[in-house]
Amino acid sequence: MSRKIREFGVEGCIKLSGLLVIIFVILIFLLLLKESLSLFGVYPFKDFLTGTKWLPVSDPPKFGIVPLLLGSIYVTVGAIVICVPLGVASAMFIAEVAPAGFKHILKSLIEILASIPSVVLGFIGIVWLGPFLKTTFHLSTGMCGLTGSLLLAYMALPTIISISEDAIVSVPKSYKEAAFGLGATRWQTLWRIILPAASSGIIASIMLGIGRVIGETMVVLMVTGNSPIIPHTLLQPLRTLTATIAGEMGETVSGSDHYYALFATGLILFIITFLINLIADIYLQRTKK
Amino acid sequence: MSAAQKRQTAAFFILGFATMLVVIPIILTMAYVVFKGIGAVNWSFLTEAPRNGMKEGGIFPAIVGTIILIIGTMIFSLPLGVLAAIYLVEYAKDNFFTRLIKLSVVNLSGVPSIVYGLFGFGLFVLFLRLGTSILAGSLTLAIMSLPVIITATKEALESVPASFREISLSLGATKWQTIRNCVLPYSIPGILTGTVLSLSRAAGETAPILFTVAAFYLPRLPHSVFDQAMALSYHLYAIATQVPNIPPKISFATAFVLIALVFLMNLGSIILRARFRKKKLW
Repeated sequence: MSRKIREFGVEGCIKLSGLLVIIFVILIFLLLLKESLSLFGVYPFKDFLTGTKWLPVSDPPKFGIVPLLLGSIYVTVGAIVICVPLGVASAMFIAEVAPAGFKHILKSLIEILASIPSVVLGFIGIVWLGPFLKTTFHLSTGMCGLTGSLLLAYMALPTIISISEDAIVSVPKSYKEAAFGLGATRWQTLWRIILPAASSGIIASIMLGIGRVIGETMVVLMVTGNSPIIPHTLLQPLRTLTATIAGEMGETVSGSDHYYALFATGLILFIITFLINLIADIYLQRTKK
Repeated sequence: MSAAQKRQTAAFFILGFATMLVVIPIILTMAYVVFKGIGAVNWSFLTEAPRNGMKEGGIFPAIVGTIILIIGTMIFSLPLGVLAAIYLVEYAKDNFFTRLIKLSVVNLSGVPSIVYGLFGFGLFVLFLRLGTSILAGSLTLAIMSLPVIITATKEALESVPASFREISLSLGATKWQTIRNCVLPYSIPGILTGTVLSLSRAAGETAPILFTVAAFYLPRLPHSVFDQAMALSYHLYAIATQVPNIPPKISFATAFVLIALVFLMNLGSIILRARFRKKKLW
C-alpha cells in the first residue's frame, strides 16, 4: 500500500514539474502583457508602435518604439550579413573538407567562442574593436551599430555553425555515393546535392542565430552608443530594444508610465523571438523526418 | 587538372578562408584578454574586496557572489529540470499537454536574457517582495537554465536502452522504482554534463541579474539569501562602462577571471562527457 502511495506522490511531483514549465512561459507572457496594458491605458498603443520619438523623461514623455525597433533591425541585419556566409561556409568546411584531427580542433574553438560571456565581448568592443574601427574607417565614434553587428555576428556563429554542420553531416550517405558514382567532384556533390538536402537545418540555424542576435543585450548596451534616434546608417550610434530595457530599468520608478513602457518593449521583444523560434523549430522538425 | 577540379580547389580554398576568419579572431581575442589580464591576477586580487571606488583592491566579493548564484541556480533548476525531463521521456503520452510542454521548452530557450531579467524583476523582486536579492537572482537564472537542463536530461534518459526498463518492470518493480534504479543511474553523467554547461552560461550572464540581484559596489560578503550580491559579470560591466578612470589592468584581470571560471566549468563538462562515453557498457 505504501508503495502505491509513494508511486502516486512521485508521479504527481513529476507531472507538476512538467506543468510548471508551461506555467513559466504563460507567467512571463502574462506579466509582460499586464504591465504593458497599464501603459496602453494612458498611452495609445498606436502611438507606441508607430511613434518615431523615444523621450521617456521629457514632459510629456514620448514612448515611440520605432527608433528602437529600427536600431534592433539595423544591428541584426548587419550581423546576419556577416555571420550567415561565414557560418555556413565554415560548417561546410568542417563537415566535408577538414581532415579529422583538424576538424576536432575547429569544433573545440567554436565551443570556446560559444562559452565566452557576452559582457566580455562587449568589453572587447569598448577597449579594442570600437577604437580600431574608429581609426580605420575614420568614424566620428567607434561606439556605433557596426561594432555591435560585428560582435553579435561572432556570438551567433557557434549556433549557425553547429546546427548547420549537424544538418550537413546527417544527409544520408547514399546521396553522396550516388553523386560520386555519376562522376561528380566532391565540391559539386557538396554544392548541388548535400547543401540543398541540408537546407531545412541550415535555415533553422539561421533563424536561431537571428533570435540570438535580436535578444542579445550586454554587447549592444556596451558598444552601440546608446542613442535612441532613428538610425540612417550602421556607422552612427543607435539603440536596440534590449539595450533600452537594460539601460533604463534601473532609473525608473516602479508603477510609472516609463516602467510600463519598458515592459511593453519587453513584450514586443518576446513576441518577435517567439515567432522566430517557432519558425526555427518547424524547420528543425522537418530535418528530423 | 580539369576545370571541375580547379573549381573544387578554388571553392575549398574559399571555405577554408571563411573558417579561418571565424577561428583566428577567437584565438586572438582569447590571447589578448589572457595576455593583458593575467599579469594583474594574484592572490590579493582574488581574495580582497575592491577599494577606493573599485579602482584598487580585488574582486573577492564578486567571485563569491557568482559562485553563490551558480549554487542557487542549481538548487532550483536541477530538480525541476530533471523531473520535467523524466515526465517527457517516461510518462508523457503523445497528447496536447505533452506537445505544449515541448513547445514551452523551445520557447523558454529562445526568450532573450533581458526579458528574463524583466520577468524576475516584476515577479520575484516586486510582486513576491523578495527585493533585489540572491534568492530573486537565483530563481531568475534557474528559469533561464531550465531548457538546457531539460534537453540534456531528455537525451540522457533516451539513450538508456528500453530493455533495461522492460526487465525491471517484468520483475515486478513499479514505474518509479524502475526509473530510480535502472534508468537514472545510467543517465547521471549526461545530466551532469548538461547541468554544468547551463550553469557555466548562467555564470556569465549579466542581463538577468541587472535588476534582480546585482550590487554595484558592495565590498563585503552577502549576509543572507535576501541580501544583494556583487557578481563577476556585472562587475565587469560596471567598471567597463560606469566608472571612469579604472586602471585597465583591473578590468582585464576581471575579464580574465570570468573567462577562466566559465572555461573551467566547460572543461569539467567535457571531461564528464568523455568519462561517460568510456564507461558506457551497452
